[in-house]
Amino acid sequence: MMDQILTDSFEQLILEQCDPARIRRIEAGEPTESLWALLHESGFMDALVPEDRGGAGLGLRDVADLFIACGRHALPVPVAHTALARAELSLAGIEPPSGSITLADRCRVDESGTIVASAVPFGLTADWVWARISNDSVSLLPTGEAERQLSGGHGSLAADLRWKSRPAAAISATGIVDSAFDLRSTGAAVNAALLAGAMARVLEMSIGYANERVQFGKPIGKFQAVQQQLSVLSEQTYASRTAALLGLSSITHRVDPRLAAIAKSRASEAAVVAAAIGHAVHGAIGITAEYDLQLYTRPLHEWRREYGGETYWNSLLGRQLLAAAEAPLEFVRLLCTRENDSTTMRTP
Amino acid sequence: MISPLPLAAIPPEHEARRAEVRAFLQKEMPAAPAYMRARSWMGFDAGFSRKLAHHGWVGLSLPKEYGGAGEGHFARFVIVEELLAAGAPVSAHWIADRQSGPLILRYGTQDQKDFYLPRICKAEAFFCIGMSEPNSGSDLASVGSRATRTDDGWILSGRKIWTTNAPKSHYMIALVRTSGSAADRNQGLSQFIIDLSLPGVTVRPIEDLAGDAHFSEIFFDDVHLSDAALVGREGQGWEQVTAELAFERSGPERIYSSLVVLESWLRHLRASGRRDDVAVALLGRFVAHLAVLREMSIAVTHRLSQGESPVVEAALVKDLGTEFEQTIPALIADAVAAFPDAPENAELVRAIAYAQQVAPSYSLRGGTREILRSMIARGLGLR
Repeated sequence: MMDQILTDSFEQLILEQCDPARIRRIEAGEPTESLWALLHESGFMDALVPEDRGGAGLGLRDVADLFIACGRHALPVPVAHTALARAELSLAGIEPPSGSITLADRCRVDESGTIVASAVPFGLTADWVWARISNDSVSLLPTGEAERQLSGGHGSLAADLRWKSRPAAAISATGIVDSAFDLRSTGAAVNAALLAGAMARVLEMSIGYANERVQFGKPIGKFQAVQQQLSVLSEQTYASRTAALLGLSSITHRVDPRLAAIAKSRASEAAVVAAAIGHAVHGAIGITAEYDLQLYTRPLHEWRREYGGETYWNSLLGRQLLAAAEAPLEFVRLLCTRENDSTTMRTP
Repeated sequence: MISPLPLAAIPPEHEARRAEVRAFLQKEMPAAPAYMRARSWMGFDAGFSRKLAHHGWVGLSLPKEYGGAGEGHFARFVIVEELLAAGAPVSAHWIADRQSGPLILRYGTQDQKDFYLPRICKAEAFFCIGMSEPNSGSDLASVGSRATRTDDGWILSGRKIWTTNAPKSHYMIALVRTSGSAADRNQGLSQFIIDLSLPGVTVRPIEDLAGDAHFSEIFFDDVHLSDAALVGREGQGWEQVTAELAFERSGPERIYSSLVVLESWLRHLRASGRRDDVAVALLGRFVAHLAVLREMSIAVTHRLSQGESPVVEAALVKDLGTEFEQTIPALIADAVAAFPDAPENAELVRAIAYAQQVAPSYSLRGGTREILRSMIARGLGLR
């Protein structure tokens, strides 16, 4: 109930503040400060922060629908990433900065000492990047001091970020933050939710279009060929939603890496099918810049690639299954047995 | 729209039943190679069904007064999951347990309940389903078998086909026309419990492509049925059969048909020490799909346990589930064939071959893929 109210009021805020026109402007380079200020003011960013540190003290399973909503509206700023990072920082006794925080799972330092974070999701709009620079060095790096270069396709918000040396404004989290906060697993669970949300939007738009668009004297949604495709789209969307909920089923703010693996693998595989069907149903209008479908299908492909695609996570799960002693179903059953499962209903 | 299916969990009291079922299977499950266990809910063993019945695991959802277990949907989920995971031969009592018993309980007269339900619970009465006919497959409302009223009952003529287990079953619950003509569609249909030993009933087994003869064709030549054979109300057959199909579509058996093949392959990989990239990633893909499908099935079971009837959601999970079941033999076959010079595991290859041969039936039985997708499309609000 609580999380439904949370999600509803958050969606209302997004509808008012971040319509498709604003997404387009931000993708074209409009600064995000004012949008971020509104989102930050709302208090949603501290949903996962413990109550004794001034947050709402919720667990991931309470905010799963909110994270999915971020994908449904193709929010151009890293809300879910920030909420997770703020919880982790607060827990470690570090005061989180007020800006948005993205998670970089691909970071290295080259011979000249330059810090390179590659293909950082929301690298163009985030204020901070949470990166593991080396095994014993984790930092929040300010994007304002980085050289930013577009790393994705047209309209992408991902970027390669470079710092010639460790920026003075960097916030060190080394040694304080537990290694349980794995950037790639955490990002994978977040992206599974974003994917599920964007797929839900593509499904809604495709059903709406199929009921409106008339060809051969009737709405195309009356043709079985179209109906069958939309059914497949709905199946992939529902499977991804279930996967995302599983990836974010923890009662704390930390993801279970194996559930995150399942979630990201399944949603990534579905994203390709969902985007293809959404475009097939919409025809030519769907590939225009003017029509909104592309605001959700472009990110589907991008979010699929980020934080490891399906083959990456499948390989990890496959190695674990091989190394275990259980039969496949028992392995899955034990993996998915969640804390606090005695309460049958998990969300209202 | 289709409801959002929040995650649900199996209540702990039902989770706790697994150990009991496993201990039973350890002791009573007849030893069988993987390609036999792969038959699972198509594997017929009346003696094994009676042993299960002795433990109270047949007629799970039927009330205790009839010898049932009086259990809900989650108890059935857990017990069925354990039986299917082991590849136990559960076909003999399967249909009676899953749908004929619940149908009789819901629509039958007191006499019918008193007569059939205790026999079902003892695994002494096996049932088959009389829906399809040679000219009525997906278009079920077009059934042409007809029962005509007489002074003391009904005369039944016609035939049914693709009936699983008919030669080994005692009874069939059949959907037939009792008034009007085929043009009246779903009006004028009724369901009858037909004793397959009656004069005028001929059962002809049909061999399938895997060499089994689990399904058959049944001819009714002026079979005399008593009044007591009608189950439910005359003319209400369509509503009854629709409810029956909801039971038929919602269970975990729509995900697990190829599980024995997957397990055999995993066992083979573990034993052989093979760790090639394709096999490892494929194993992981199966884990991801299986985990998500199982969660979806549990979510639907939760809705059923709340007294709801999530018909479209069940269709959605069944369609995804059968697709998964079908990919298992196809993808494992390729992963094995990727190394033509590696030593073969004959038992595994036979299990793959069996599952590959019968896999097309996964998306035919209980409603074809195309019919389910049409139901889903209506559920999505396509006008």
